[in-house]
Amino acid sequence: MKSICFYFQVHQPFRLKTYRFFEIGNDHNYFDEYANRYMIRQLAEKCYLPANQILLDLIKKHKKDFRVAFSISGMAIEQFEMYAPEVLDSFKKLAKTGQVEFLAETYNHGLSSLKSKKEFSRQVKMHETKIQSLFGVKPGAFRNTELIYNDDISKLVFGLGYNTILTEGPKHILGWKSPNLLYCSAANPKVKLLMKNFQMSDDIAFKFSVKEWSEWPLTAEKYAGWLKALDPKTEVVNLFMDYETFGQNQSQKSGIFDFLLNLPKEVLKNSDFTFQTPSQVSRNLQPASPLHVPYPISWADEERDITAWLGNEMQNEAFNKLFDLEPLVAKCNDDKILNDWNRLQTSDHFYYMSTKWFSEGVVKTRISPYNSPYDAFINYMNVLVDFEIRVKKYCSQKKSRSSANRAENAKPGSGTIAETSTKTAGKKTPAKGKKS
Amino acid sequence: MKVLMFGWEFPPHISGGLGTACYGLTKALLKCGVELIFVVPKAYGDEKPGSIKLVNASDVAINVQDEIFKEYVDHISFVEVDSTLVPYADDEQYYHIMESIEKGVTFEKGPVTSQKFNFSGGYGKNLMEEVKRYAMLALEVARQHDFDLIHAHDWLTYMAGKEAKRISGKPLIVHMHATEYDRSGENMNTLVFDIEKAGMEAADVVIAVSNMTRNTVIQRHGIDPGKVITVHNGVEPSEKELDTDIPRHLDEKIVTFLGRITYQKGPEYFIEAAYKVLQRDENIRFVMAGSGDMLPKMIRRVARLGIANKFHFTGFLKGDDVDKMFGMSDVYVMPSVSEPFGISPLEAMRSNVPVIISKQSGVAEVLQHAIKVDFWDIDAMADAIYALTHYQGLPSIFKKHGKEEVDNIKWDQAGVKVKEIYEKFLS
Repeated sequence: MKSICFYFQVHQPFRLKTYRFFEIGNDHNYFDEYANRYMIRQLAEKCYLPANQILLDLIKKHKKDFRVAFSISGMAIEQFEMYAPEVLDSFKKLAKTGQVEFLAETYNHGLSSLKSKKEFSRQVKMHETKIQSLFGVKPGAFRNTELIYNDDISKLVFGLGYNTILTEGPKHILGWKSPNLLYCSAANPKVKLLMKNFQMSDDIAFKFSVKEWSEWPLTAEKYAGWLKALDPKTEVVNLFMDYETFGQNQSQKSGIFDFLLNLPKEVLKNSDFTFQTPSQVSRNLQPASPLHVPYPISWADEERDITAWLGNEMQNEAFNKLFDLEPLVAKCNDDKILNDWNRLQTSDHFYYMSTKWFSEGVVKTRISPYNSPYDAFINYMNVLVDFEIRVKKYCSQKKSRSSANRAENAKPGSGTIAETSTKTAGKKTPAKGKKS
Repeated sequence: MKVLMFGWEFPPHISGGLGTACYGLTKALLKCGVELIFVVPKAYGDEKPGSIKLVNASDVAINVQDEIFKEYVDHISFVEVDSTLVPYADDEQYYHIMESIEKGVTFEKGPVTSQKFNFSGGYGKNLMEEVKRYAMLALEVARQHDFDLIHAHDWLTYMAGKEAKRISGKPLIVHMHATEYDRSGENMNTLVFDIEKAGMEAADVVIAVSNMTRNTVIQRHGIDPGKVITVHNGVEPSEKELDTDIPRHLDEKIVTFLGRITYQKGPEYFIEAAYKVLQRDENIRFVMAGSGDMLPKMIRRVARLGIANKFHFTGFLKGDDVDKMFGMSDVYVMPSVSEPFGISPLEAMRSNVPVIISKQSGVAEVLQHAIKVDFWDIDAMADAIYALTHYQGLPSIFKKHGKEEVDNIKWDQAGVKVKEIYEKFLS
């Protein structure tokens, strides 16, 4: 029995508003509420709602033979809660069928796996809790932001309780090996790896509406034929893509929804494939061999590396300056600060600073709200500096509060009393600060 | 005394120092009783010329059959100016440039034998072509008006001045505000350089805005020192009251660079000096305000030095934001590699901001209450920044005397000097 493993990525960043230098120290609202709301509403109507409906119909029609997986970032979930709760409802309906798997990832769709074990764990746990509370199931498999993966990450993820990771299947890692088998991590053979078949994924995600493509127009029948013609040793075809493929990146006019609607029928009718979720695949198949991945890979660009996010000096500077704040943020007990800390880590902010698009021939899959990577960097740094000031202020006030408390409570009290007095003192101090 | 004056821009439609300088000088000359006919390539109709007669070259009709235009009609060549060499382009101007490139310079059909040209009056790709057409129309303007002298500002109008002299036989004075050498260093646009040289050679007197500029035209352009006279620029008294209520949200001292981010302004020296200061004291913020062709390189440099959380970029700033920026600043730095005059430090001083200026600027010749360093001497620059942000006595002295000093650098003095030059020809 062969499997098709569909996984769709649902993520939208909190886009920053134009934040001028003059506002540093004064304005602490960083996000472009209008643009974010508009984007979510647009995508809800063009993509998420119609595509979810189709998937629901397909599950009803094909029963156990049709399954898919989603990874929904915490950033997307928060924005659905704010701007499009009906999208969350439709995902909950899918969850109820029991045939849709929800994957674990970092809550903020960030790059902490490359920098901080502590922050990475915090993000994964936060996302796990959110998914469980929304859909009632604990995620069973993990995918990292932009499918970023290496040996170190496999160890980190295993430590967090996952033994299945979805990642890219790049040529420079697989070599002569086929992506259509299950693999395991060389660093920890207990971790199973699902490698994206980028050719067959990209045929849908990128090429579908390209009229110059020799295979255009792509029909479900033709695609099912390709699957059938694959090497008989094929065990699983991993089709990983952004969910926005349906209705946004490939417009409704291109016929992408018809393709989605007809594909299961064509596949199930004419071949020995069934649709399975990543956890099923991981359970049912034996790893073909271990894979060494010393340097991080991702699903971006021809290089399949991390240079789209951390490839130039601006990106590295912004990323380093952000994580310089981690120890201080850890001391902060303030919801607004922690929220902003999450949102500022989202990988998209760094993607907008990429200068790779200057050279031609690169498929730019996401549209930047900025005119240039330089504008993106300047805007991000302005925001980050204001955030830095807030965090430092909070920490120094906390310090003075706790020393004041020590003076007040000359006799050492119990932990809870000390805590409550810290809280009350905390309310007073900022008010004083405003007056001065 | 009546002077036919050729300029390229007139307030409020200015994009650089040239329009401001022409405006200040013409007002001072009027006070001295000089009559002026000021010709611009394109008048927008909302200029405030006061008692200056403003002639819009776009409105001048010429008879193309006339013999004197023959040379032009036969030889108009369409030379495009390399856009990176356009002298005063900024963000705001960019839109107009793109517009003018799209439209091109158009012929407006008048009566059969008469034609008008529309000028963009900007600094677009057709700049060289417009310069030549402007010169052609200068002939007609010179024929239609009575005057005693011709005065042309910067290379853009030198051809026009030359033509006006040819047809009228009146003396020509050319005014050098900025040379191609200042703008581009050794990588000069030779077309522009040649026009500058020819204009100055044809002139009876060359007025330079500083001794530095005087030396440049003598050494670089080979102009006879005997006919080059320095007249320092003045500064317009500010019309608005100084706004002392500009909110400051940052605790740290702020050190500012404000200007076009181009080779001429020396932005990279400011960054290197900032880096040196930050190694000593992290509690200072640096701001680079403005835009220009070197901005991307500067951003990358700051990122590479790892100081992007202390060194900020604002992009191009408009009127109110400029005042706001000065209001927030504790030190202003002008590290220009070659600045013929340089008005911006005077604006900073007027806002009570102490200034550090490069010795390679004309303004350094007239200012006492400023710290002067060589543009390349980043150690001295860093030292001066550190001193002004740490030793309290220093900024207070600069604040005390700086404003007074600036208020005494008036266009009136420049006006009197220029009038004296005019009088030499008429006596």
